[in-house]
Amino acid sequence: MDGTSPPMPIPDVESAPFWQGLNEGKLMIQRCRSCGKPQHYMRIMCKHCWSRDLDVEQASGEGEVHSFTVVHQIGHPVLKEQAPFAILLVDLDEGPRVLARYDGDSEAVSIGDRVRATFPKVTPEQALLYFEGTE
Amino acid sequence: MSEQRIAIVGAAESDYGKCPGRSEFDLHNQAAERALSEAGLGKDDVDGLFSLTNGYFRCPSLLVAEYLGIHPTYEDCTSVGGSSFELLVEHAMAALQAGRCKVALITYGSDQLSVLGRTLGTKSDPISHIAQQYEEPYGLNIVSAYALAARRHMHEYGTTSEQLAEIAVSTRKNASLNPLAMYRDPLTVEDVVNSRMIASPLHKFDCCVISDGGGALVLTTEDRARDCAKDPVWVLGSSQCSDHLHIADMPDLTESAAAVTGPRAMAEAGVKPEDIDLLCTYDSFTITVLRAIEDLGFCEKGEGGAFVEGGRTAVGGDFPVNPDGGGLSSNHPGMRGIFLLIESVRQLRGEGGDRQVADAELAVAHGVGGWLSSHGTVVLGKDK
Repeated sequence: MDGTSPPMPIPDVESAPFWQGLNEGKLMIQRCRSCGKPQHYMRIMCKHCWSRDLDVEQASGEGEVHSFTVVHQIGHPVLKEQAPFAILLVDLDEGPRVLARYDGDSEAVSIGDRVRATFPKVTPEQALLYFEGTE
Repeated sequence: MSEQRIAIVGAAESDYGKCPGRSEFDLHNQAAERALSEAGLGKDDVDGLFSLTNGYFRCPSLLVAEYLGIHPTYEDCTSVGGSSFELLVEHAMAALQAGRCKVALITYGSDQLSVLGRTLGTKSDPISHIAQQYEEPYGLNIVSAYALAARRHMHEYGTTSEQLAEIAVSTRKNASLNPLAMYRDPLTVEDVVNSRMIASPLHKFDCCVISDGGGALVLTTEDRARDCAKDPVWVLGSSQCSDHLHIADMPDLTESAAAVTGPRAMAEAGVKPEDIDLLCTYDSFTITVLRAIEDLGFCEKGEGGAFVEGGRTAVGGDFPVNPDGGGLSSNHPGMRGIFLLIESVRQLRGEGGDRQVADAELAVAHGVGGWLSSHGTVVLGKDK
C-alpha cells in the first residue's frame, strides 16, 4: 500500500469474481443451481445445501438500506481523512445483504432508503462497492 | 445428572488498568497465582490448562503453559473473542465431569494498552483473509459493526441514545465503588449523549475503555472443592452459540444468539430470569448490554431501553449489572469475558465490598465475542 487508500483486499481464488466484477461496474453474486438460493460473499460451495454447482450472476445493483452508521472517528490515516462517512448494510433486491460505503452526503442516508450500486476506483487497480440514493 | 457438580474455587484479576512494563504473561502468572492461592492450591495441582492471549499466535495455550512451567494433560485455547472464557468454563466443566482433568486453570493476560496504546485499528496492510476483505476496505471496525446493530434496534423499537446512555451512567456509578476501576468520576446522561460521536449512534462514552489486565479461574469437582479454602461457587448451567462472523451475515440484526444461550443455560440450571440476582454481561458498548438483557430473556424484545431507565442497572437498583464497573468504566484488555466470571464469583461469595449486591445467590455471566457473533452464558450459584 502506498498510504493513500484504505486497507485493500487481495482477491483470492474464491473472491476474484466479486472484485473483478466491481472493476467492470458489476455487482456479482452466486446462485446455487441445486437449491436456487443466492449468496454473498463468494464461497466454493452453497452455504445452504453444500452443492458446489454454483452460478456467478450479475445482481441488479439495487436494494434497500437495512442499517447504517456514520463513522466520525477511525484510526486508519486515509479513512480518518475521509470521515465522516457512512457505512451501509444493504439488502439487495436478489436477497443477500452486503456491506458497503455510502456514495453521498453521510447525513442524508436513512434506513429504508432505496439505493443503487456505484463502483469508484479507490486505487488504480481496484474498485470498491458503494451505493447512492435513487430518490 | 449423575456427574459431579463443578465449582469455581479460585477467581482473581491480575493488576489492571495501565500496567506499564508488565508483559501479558506476567499478568497471566499474577492472576493464576492469586486464584490458585485463594483456593489453597498450587501450580503443581493444575493438570488442565485453558489459556488465551490477545494476539493471533496460533498456539496460545502452548506458550502460556511453557511460560508458566506447566505440562497440562488437558488443554484448550478456544478463541471466539470476548465470550471465549464463558465457553472455556463450559469446556472445563465437561472435562472435569468426564474425569479428563482434576484441577482446571483458566488464564488470560493482555498488555494491549501499554503496547498498542489507544490507537488500535491504524494498520494499513493489504488484506487477503476472507474474514476481513469484505469489511475492512469500507472502514468497518468493531465500533461501527455494533453501531449498525444499534441503529437498527433504534429503528425497529424506538430505543434512544438517552436510554443507551443510562447503561454507561449506571456502570460508572458502579465503578465509583470499585477503587481499582480506571474511570470513577460521575457521569450523566447528558455527558454521554454530548460526548464525541465515534460511529453513530455510538458516542465515546457508549464505548468501553482500553486497558491492560488479566484474570484467572480455578475449577474442580465437588469432592475436591469441599477441601478448598473458599466456599465453592457452583457452575449450575451453561450454553454457547454462534451464528455469524461478518456483520452482514448476522441472521437478524436485532436478535443475537444470546436468545439461544440464555434460555438453555438457565434451563440447565433449573432457574428463571426472574430468579437471577445479578448479571455480569459483556459491555464492549452500551448496546451490547441492552441487547443481552433482551436476548437472555430478562425483558421482552424491544423493551430493553425502558428496562434500563432510572439507574436500574446500578448496584442498589432493581437489576444490578456489572457491579465492578465493567468494560465501560473499569477495564477492558481485549477479551473481557473472564472478568465477568470473576466478578460474579466475588459477588456470590459476598466479597463485593462497597459494591456488594445484597443477598446475591444466583448470577449470570454472559460473554459476547466478535460482532455479536459468539455468545456464552454461564449460570453460577452458591450453597444456600
